[in-house]
Amino acid sequence: MEQTAVLEHFDVEKIRQDFPILTRKVNGKPLVYLDNGATTQKPKQVIDAIVEYYTQLNSNVHRGVHYLSQLATDAFEVTRRKLRPFINAAHEHEIILTKGTTEGINLVASCYGKAYVKAGDEIIISAMEHHSNIVPWQMLCEERGATLRVVPINDAGELDMEAYRAALNDRTKMVAVTYVSNALGTVNPVGEIIRQAHAAGAPVLLDAAQAVQHLPIDVQALDVDFLVFSGHKMYGPTGIGVLYGKEKWLDAMPPYQGGGEMIKDVAFEKTTYNELPFKYEAGTPNIEAGICLAHAVDYLETAGLNRIAQHERELLAYAGGRLLEIPELRIIGTAQEKSSVVSFLLGGIHPYDVGVILDKLGIAVRTGHHCTQPLMERYGIPGTVRASIAMYNTKEDIDALVAGVQKAAEMLA
Amino acid sequence: MTINEIQEELIEDFAFFDDWMAKYEYLIQLGKELPLIDDQYKTDEYLIKGCQSKVWLHADHQRGKVLFTADSDAIITKGLVALMIKVLSGHSPAEIADSELYFIDQIGLKEHLSPTRANGLLSMVKQMKLYALALQAKGR
Repeated sequence: MEQTAVLEHFDVEKIRQDFPILTRKVNGKPLVYLDNGATTQKPKQVIDAIVEYYTQLNSNVHRGVHYLSQLATDAFEVTRRKLRPFINAAHEHEIILTKGTTEGINLVASCYGKAYVKAGDEIIISAMEHHSNIVPWQMLCEERGATLRVVPINDAGELDMEAYRAALNDRTKMVAVTYVSNALGTVNPVGEIIRQAHAAGAPVLLDAAQAVQHLPIDVQALDVDFLVFSGHKMYGPTGIGVLYGKEKWLDAMPPYQGGGEMIKDVAFEKTTYNELPFKYEAGTPNIEAGICLAHAVDYLETAGLNRIAQHERELLAYAGGRLLEIPELRIIGTAQEKSSVVSFLLGGIHPYDVGVILDKLGIAVRTGHHCTQPLMERYGIPGTVRASIAMYNTKEDIDALVAGVQKAAEMLA
Repeated sequence: MTINEIQEELIEDFAFFDDWMAKYEYLIQLGKELPLIDDQYKTDEYLIKGCQSKVWLHADHQRGKVLFTADSDAIITKGLVALMIKVLSGHSPAEIADSELYFIDQIGLKEHLSPTRANGLLSMVKQMKLYALALQAKGR
């Protein structure tokens, strides 16, 4: 499929032309889409691929001998082949296709937990985790009699690395942290986190759901043990995600679910499991999304993650500066290292009220606790208004947001 | 006035607003004017938890009528709560239980009653009706 050529410098207007939804109106106003942390819009390259799948390829994968089944299987495996260099995994079979980030974390908590976690062990998470990187570990700890330890943050929203070092010990069986905070935008020092965990003998799972679309990731350079992310937050289809795991862990852990695809031989006495990656991919996958995710990877690589990161960094700085022009606006999350997210509160006004007014103006943001209730509790707030940026956003989008927040301030004061 | 007469009146009132902004300014005003719920009822026992905004609802039964007071931590939600109270408060349990709330749809605020809004409003309406049903059952 033809990719739009993106020139050396980042041409955001050209990028925008690839996203058909950006030209529509909402409540009679041009759409200003700043809810990219929840999900990104899709370029026509991905949309076209979905149509092409159902008009040309539709068939089940990894089974049939017939022509279409082979085409679909090949296309599905192309995604794995493209994902490997995208995150620089050592092997294609270290790429497990899942439903999304949540399933990836649940898979690791369940399978790694069965193999390695026992009573008295400890799992470390951070105070800024999404519920999906809290609850699976809580469930595991309850089941195994292990302890969940939470690394606190400072007021800026940065991890307390002293406390982290102090929490690590020989009972630590896993460190599960987010790369980029979905609610605050904090970019965690993951290299340092991984080095220290390994020094203590513990593997690390990184939740990269808010990272993989914003900055280049090299799992071998990071030496991370598990990395999870979702297709729909990186311009790809919904219902597909990636779990990267080091081969040694994936080989050692038991399978997640039983069923078709994940077996080698089934007899009532004993079943032998399929090899990687299929051991963890029971049942018919989301074939359409799996195939079309490759087009999102192509799109990101053509646009260039370094260029995207630069563009988004500029926009984020611009958004922060402009928003602070508004009296009584305070930004929640002021870490030194931030990516793509600006969370804020307007005086004592409830974030829900601000969100309703912005929606009326055609501006899509997220309001609420962003599935990080313990984090909101930490700040003593009911939630925030969150604007989250993607590669197709512009300074005009930010200006519209600022004007919208000013309008909301007038109406709600 | 009956519940439906009040609904009709509100529909007429809202017909005067020619844009969304005027409508929301009125809602915000209503929210500000809503008599505060007595502090003793602003506890978890009376809390209707939406995912985003919270609503506290208290019901009192006096001389065959149900009197509602309520509050919310979000002002637009509070404005909508005020509308619901205007319509439902001061009627008999049977009238409340049998009522059909069509005015929200007709004044163009239906989106706020969608379950995905998670503002606690839909649960509040359910709670008001449940309360009326319970009183009705007790009265029999």
